[in-house]
Amino acid sequence: MSTARTIRTVSWAALAALLLIVAGVLGYQHLFSGTQRSLMANTQMGAPFKLIDHTGQPITERALAGKPAAVFFGFTHCPEVCPTTLLELSGWLNEIGDEGNNINAFFFSVDPVRDTPEIMRSYIENFSTRITGVTGDPAEVARLAKAWFVYFKKAPLDDGGYTMDHTASIFLVDGQGHFKGTIAYGENSDTAVAKLRRLAKSTNQ
Amino acid sequence: MLKTTLTAILAATCLMAIPASAQDYKLGELAIVNPHVRATPPKAPVSAGYMTIQNTGSKPDRLTGGSAMFAGKVEIHEMKIDGDVMKMRRISDGLEIPAGGEVALKPGGYHMMFMKLNAQLKAGEKRKATLQFEKAGTIDIEFNVEELKPGSKMKHDSMDQSKAMDHSKTVDHSMNGSSN
Repeated sequence: MSTARTIRTVSWAALAALLLIVAGVLGYQHLFSGTQRSLMANTQMGAPFKLIDHTGQPITERALAGKPAAVFFGFTHCPEVCPTTLLELSGWLNEIGDEGNNINAFFFSVDPVRDTPEIMRSYIENFSTRITGVTGDPAEVARLAKAWFVYFKKAPLDDGGYTMDHTASIFLVDGQGHFKGTIAYGENSDTAVAKLRRLAKSTNQ
Repeated sequence: MLKTTLTAILAATCLMAIPASAQDYKLGELAIVNPHVRATPPKAPVSAGYMTIQNTGSKPDRLTGGSAMFAGKVEIHEMKIDGDVMKMRRISDGLEIPAGGEVALKPGGYHMMFMKLNAQLKAGEKRKATLQFEKAGTIDIEFNVEELKPGSKMKHDSMDQSKAMDHSKTVDHSMNGSSN
């Protein structure tokens, strides 16, 4: 092999490797950017966890096992998206009635330092008895959010306080934790109800 | 004939769209239309206030902040949905109300952020607050506490009074421009 050809081959190989790395990085960022587009049907969602529910009792991943679930990550210092989502989710579950009795609904706090079980309780019980609030150790919450492909980040305010940026969609999973879709913030109620009806039938798939 | 009837129906619809309880306020060249605040669960730490601010004057003004007995802190915030992520930021230099125009504080965009609430806001109540403008000064107003039910986003968006006004003068500052 001539030197020129060797250089050419090495150059092409280097270029190919570079492209692979770029594609890999972009793919990784895409997958973990928390957007629903990156999730595929039946992606395994969630992870084992040990946290506290809104009644102050320990809760683990077993609370999600065997039944389809609607899962939302938010916080109580949230002026619009979280109260609206909880109100809507509660309304949709009421609308479906018995047909959706097997759906569990969860509100995980992305702000567990401020969202004590006591605050979660009075907040959630205002909207529904169907929704379980979950809070607890911040590191455990962060690990779990990642396993749900949920993005969240503390955004400081000038006065030393802060607000939270967070994924605003509801995630739908079957009884095995397989991804079945999302309900986006502001989604049409008829579509949301249809998705929940479909989810209710997804058990044991 | 048909046109007249349609106009009449349209006019009637616009009138009906204004809630009977809506209270409007005047401060110089500014009008504050239908101030309302989201009802909260017990012990909820925050809520959002909404209204439309019209400026019939020839100079812009700025909403720079406010205060309220029921909240330890009041700021002007902007919410937007970026992809599927909710982001909220303080508008620290005030919200411009353009000359001859108006700005809507509404779900999915700008709101008065009431923080450190010291009492639950219950639907049907009225809550006093003060708005602070750069030039026009301050005004005491009452917010109607409303349960912003599913579908109310539609109501406040598509039926608010701004639609009955001259569209060319309507300034929609909301970043996402969508209907939520």
